[in-house]
Amino acid sequence: MELFSASNIVKRYANHTALNEVSIAVRKQSVFGLLGPNGAGKTSLIRIMNQITGPDSGSLLFNGEKLSPKHISQIGYLPEERGLYKKMQVGEHALYLAQLKGMKRTEAIQKLKIWFDKFEIGGWWNKKVEELSKGMQQKVQFIVTVLHEPLLLILDEPFSGFDPINANSVKNELLRLKEAGSTIILSTHDMESVEELCDDIALLNKSKKILEGAVTDIRKTFRSNTYELEFAGTMLGFTNAMGGCAQLLDQQQEGELLKVRIRLIGKASVNDVLESVIRVCQVNGVREIIPTVREIFISKVNE
Amino acid sequence: MNKIGLILQREYLTRVRKKSFLIMTFLGPLLISSVMIIPIWLATREHEEKQKIEVVDDSYLFRDSIPPNKQLNFVYGSFSLDKAQDDFYKTDFTAILYIPSNILTGGGTVKLFYKTLPGLAVEESIKSGIEDMIYNFKLQKNNVDLKTIQNAKTSVNLVTEKIEKNGSTARTSTTTQTAVGFVFGILIYMFIFLYGAQVMRGVIEEKTSRIVEVIISSVKPFQLMMGKILGVALVGLTQFLLWLILTFSIYTAAQTFLFRDIKTEALQKELVKEEVFKKGANLEALKKDKPGKHSLKSYEALSTFESIDFVSIVSCFLFYFLAGYLLYGALFAAVGAAVDSETDVQQFMLPITIPLVLSFVLAQTVVQDPNSSEAFWFSIFPLTSPVIMMVRLPFGVPWQQVALSMALLVLGFLFTTWMASRIYRTGILMYGKKASYRELWKWIFYKG
Repeated sequence: MELFSASNIVKRYANHTALNEVSIAVRKQSVFGLLGPNGAGKTSLIRIMNQITGPDSGSLLFNGEKLSPKHISQIGYLPEERGLYKKMQVGEHALYLAQLKGMKRTEAIQKLKIWFDKFEIGGWWNKKVEELSKGMQQKVQFIVTVLHEPLLLILDEPFSGFDPINANSVKNELLRLKEAGSTIILSTHDMESVEELCDDIALLNKSKKILEGAVTDIRKTFRSNTYELEFAGTMLGFTNAMGGCAQLLDQQQEGELLKVRIRLIGKASVNDVLESVIRVCQVNGVREIIPTVREIFISKVNE
Repeated sequence: MNKIGLILQREYLTRVRKKSFLIMTFLGPLLISSVMIIPIWLATREHEEKQKIEVVDDSYLFRDSIPPNKQLNFVYGSFSLDKAQDDFYKTDFTAILYIPSNILTGGGTVKLFYKTLPGLAVEESIKSGIEDMIYNFKLQKNNVDLKTIQNAKTSVNLVTEKIEKNGSTARTSTTTQTAVGFVFGILIYMFIFLYGAQVMRGVIEEKTSRIVEVIISSVKPFQLMMGKILGVALVGLTQFLLWLILTFSIYTAAQTFLFRDIKTEALQKELVKEEVFKKGANLEALKKDKPGKHSLKSYEALSTFESIDFVSIVSCFLFYFLAGYLLYGALFAAVGAAVDSETDVQQFMLPITIPLVLSFVLAQTVVQDPNSSEAFWFSIFPLTSPVIMMVRLPFGVPWQQVALSMALLVLGFLFTTWMASRIYRTGILMYGKKASYRELWKWIFYKG
């Protein structure tokens, strides 16, 4: 079941097309990664999802309905370019943003207290925003994004500005929110977190979608029959034994051990290779090298 | 709560709570009332220094006859100028007045030697004293009777009175009307600039602090812009009201405590004298005036003050203030959205400042001739009408003209708000780049 979908979105600016027939579908209770190099059209698409701007053509559905202003209160948006009023008090500021999302004052205060304690900024309620460190400001921004418990969270580079520890707690919080029923659209250049968090991804390049699907499926389709082997023995013995089953890509000495990467040739399986080499050397480990999202990203964008 | 209401509330509260608002609120009335109080205080104060002047009169015409006053005391020595100058610092004379022998023929120069500069009033007083005496002396010499001359002089009192259609008349005073119109016009000019700039700065702040995208994911850009403009308008009205109350109380307090032992008449007399001083007019002429006349004059000023319909003028003021501010406020907001930092605003400020400054300059010619055709056109044109119409109103403007001007101003502000909101919604999301006029033009016609 899809919570959000965009079909054939086109957005043109004065002298360039930001989005060219882009379609995405986001499953309910999943984390959807929106990837692409700078200038690919991610921010344009995100702004259209948030109804900040409208598309020139194309349609958007939210929870089965045509996307409309009434859905604003069900979406939480953390933009990449984000800030706070420097002179305002932290608590008052958070309250203001929560009320703009349609929350009642008393309810917002209650929930804010809980979240402030969770992120260990409870004591900063009456401080001015400008007194907060960048990381703390990011926490406040994250809190007000999720506070009204939206069905859909749209997060643009949510981890930038966080130290690894805080970034981790945000990641855990996102996974918790997903378990609790939220759907998350994540736009980031941090490929590690994409692999950690995302169920599905879409890759945009030059205003077009060039790839979409479940992360595991995509990685599998980009497999190239490449394996890594670790063994004790001689390089010469190994290559002779391997024969025509596989091609040696590179090698590396690690203490007593040798580490090689090979690519299988023809119909040969990794078992065939193992059978031959096991006679001449002591195999310590073998694993298939599945391309990372980063590698897929780079190879697809450079195509 | 309505979203514009929330935004308005935040804009209002953050500004009103600022220290600078408090300081301006208290400093403003102090400045204004000090402008009102200090001249009176200065005028009513005893003149600090008495002059004792030694007269060296080579013409032998003025002996014991230059009229002294509170401040000036003349001593007629028989010394030559050289001797008087040599002994100057041994005596307690503050100055030496030298009158040359050929003073009557107009060729000679009267000289005043001093230890410390005596000031303009002393100079004027001596000069006019001598002039008067020579005048009288010449008349006598030609056998003209002084009394005949004095009786021939008649002071004409011109009063302007307006006849209404229903036949009732009201005394008017061009001076009072000019002053009232000008003050209200200037107030509007000032407030538009002051608070329009605040709107602009607010928009720039939202852009540079990058809060704007967070907010417009919850509200429409138009709501954010209007909330801000209205919030700042409320700040302006609050400040205006506080100024009015505070100025009035300070002035009243000063009147009761500072000037309580001075009779009103004396006060007003001094006020008129102040004016005469400023114009460098003849002090002696003033002295000859009957004191009662001044209180009569100020009474007249008061009664003409009452002849101005303040209720309709103040309500028009509120209208023109608000509508004029809204018209310009929207433009200021658009400028804020179009730039990336306050240093870039210059290029876009020009189209806003020109009509404003122009109306300020025009106001000064419009008060001279409030019913001229240029006065009419500029009081109809929305960009200049807030200031110009306010200047014209105390002189009486046909209601049809006022209605037309108001209607056009409302249309004007609807138009600028529409235009500004188009520029605004695109501009606030353009970071790190300064737009050109061409781009602004395109933004206005972007769809969606």
